[in-house]
Order: sequence, then C-alpha cells, then structure tokens
Amino acid sequence: MSAHDELHAHDDGHGHDDDLGIHATLSGYMTGFVLSVILTVIPFWLVMGHVITKSSTAAVIILALAAVQIVVHMIYFLHMNAKSEGGWNMLALVFTIVLVVITLSGSIWIMYHLNSNMMPSMMDPSNLP
Amino acid sequence: MSDMTTSMTPGSGGRTEQLLFHESTDHHPANGTLLGFWVYLMSDCLIFACLFAAYGVLGREYAGGPTAQEVLELPAVAVNTTLLLLSSITYGFAVLAMQRNRQNPMLVWLVITGLLGAGFITLELREFAHLISIGAGPQRSAFLSSFFTLVGTHGLHVTCGLIWMVVLITQVLKKGLITANKRRLLCLSMFWHFLDVVWVGVFSFVYLMGVLP
Repeated sequence: MSAHDELHAHDDGHGHDDDLGIHATLSGYMTGFVLSVILTVIPFWLVMGHVITKSSTAAVIILALAAVQIVVHMIYFLHMNAKSEGGWNMLALVFTIVLVVITLSGSIWIMYHLNSNMMPSMMDPSNLP
Repeated sequence: MSDMTTSMTPGSGGRTEQLLFHESTDHHPANGTLLGFWVYLMSDCLIFACLFAAYGVLGREYAGGPTAQEVLELPAVAVNTTLLLLSSITYGFAVLAMQRNRQNPMLVWLVITGLLGAGFITLELREFAHLISIGAGPQRSAFLSSFFTLVGTHGLHVTCGLIWMVVLITQVLKKGLITANKRRLLCLSMFWHFLDVVWVGVFSFVYLMGVLP
C-alpha cells in the first residue's frame, strides 16, 4: 500500500485525484465565499442597524438567511451533491436533518408548553393545596 | 478473489459451479474514509442540535441576571465571524493547491488558516473571560449555562481542528503530499467547513436573535 502511495506522490497530478472523490474549483470556492459574505452581512446589518423594529419579523429573516447560508456552505465548501460517495453522503445528511428538526422543534415546542402550563400560578406556593 | 470463494464453500468439491455466500463486487464507495468521516460529522451535528435545543429552551431564562442584550457584544462577534469565514476560503485555497500537488503553497494556506482559527479562539476566550469577570459566568443563569455550553463546545471543536492542523502540517513536512496526507487534508477540510456551518447557526440563533428586543 505504501508503495502505491509513493507512486501517486510522484505523479504529476492529472486525474489522480479521482480516488479522493472531490473536485474543488477556484470558481466554486469564490462563489461560495461571496454568497456567504453577503448572507452574513445582511443579518448583521439588520440587527446592528436596527433596521427592523419587529422582533419576530427580524428573527424569521435571520433564520431564513442562516438556512440559505448553510445550504451554500454545504454545496460550495463541503461539495455536497446527490452523487458524491454514491449517494450515501446525501442519505446520511437527510437522516441527520430529520433528527435535527425533530430534536429542535420537539424540544422547543414541548418545553414552551410545559413552561406556559407551569408558570406562574402553579409555581406560586400560596396556590398549592 | 475466486480462491477465497472456493475456500469459503467447503464440501462443494464435486460441483461445477461455486456457491457464493458473499458479493464479490464492491458495493461500498471507493473512498470509505471520507464517507466514514462524513458520518462522524453528522453525529457531531446531532450533539450540536441538542445544545441548540437546550439554548432554544433556556435562552431567555435570565434568573434576574444579565440579559443577552446586555452581555453579548455584536461587533466582536462580527469580527469572529469574519475570521472564521476567511479561514474557510483560505482552507479552500489549500485544497486547490493540494489538487495541483503544490506542497509549499498548500502549507502556506494551511498556516494562514490556522492563524485565522487561532485568532477566532483568542477572541472567543477573551469574550468568555470578560463575561466571567463581570459575574456573568455559566453558573449565573440558565441562559448563560446553555450559552457557555453551546459556544464553548464549538470553540473546543475549533481548538481540536487547530491541533489537527499542526499535526497535518508536520506530517506533510515529513512525508510530502502522499495520498494518505491528501485524504487527511480532505477530512480536515470537511471538519473545518462543518465548524463554519455550525458557527452560522451560532451567530444567527444565539447572538443575532439573542439581542433582539
């Protein structure tokens, strides 16, 4: 195996990255970088410049921009596509996204309801039997 | 391969065709390491999902202590975000140099990436030290506990990435750009870009949404 590696090391690098599976390009990285700079500057500007006064609107916009930026990073920096690693990459990612969504939305939803059902009247000692 | 098949089917001496108990063709992708590392990253993603969920639940429970608006400083976070984003693109340049088998430019870009990452960690540690010094340590309120856990775990990952980077630079200096080192470089590339993805969630969900009134 090491002899095999040495062989690769002394090659001039044409077509030998096939076994490493990733084909990064300068244009790809630059596209991703410019997009993510734009998608980072907008939410910071929105919050630091107090552009939107309504908190809920600002929160939705921030989350939407973050979601778009995560997709940009996935495609241009992590080289995700449906074909890489024979599709297993994408399968693992989809499974993870499902679990993440369940964890996040489930926790926040349940705990919000627990909070609103527990507080403050039930927490008040004078209301206890 | 056919020898192995024969040896695995004892008692089939008289038969003309062999019994196949296993698939003789490869069904796994050619590059198992990168896929395995990706699966690790996805499991890491679940850790962060739990920490984000904890912060989502506890992020507004100030217990009479300092609020997010009072203690989180957005200009410092903006600088931190810039550093991490720049380190992502410089790592990209390192990968491009690796693809063209140019070792020295690759090492230079790797060092620049490491310095940017070190700058990120320095700023984050200063922020933590400042918070603790004004009495807003992790023990003060549920908000600060979940904040320190989430941001600290991310910082710990970045620190591990920096250590890995130093090790990788040493390996490349000793062995050159052999295939094994290229594979390691691509694994670290995924790790580093993944941390940037997590940071996008941190600065959006924790910092920007935290300071909203």
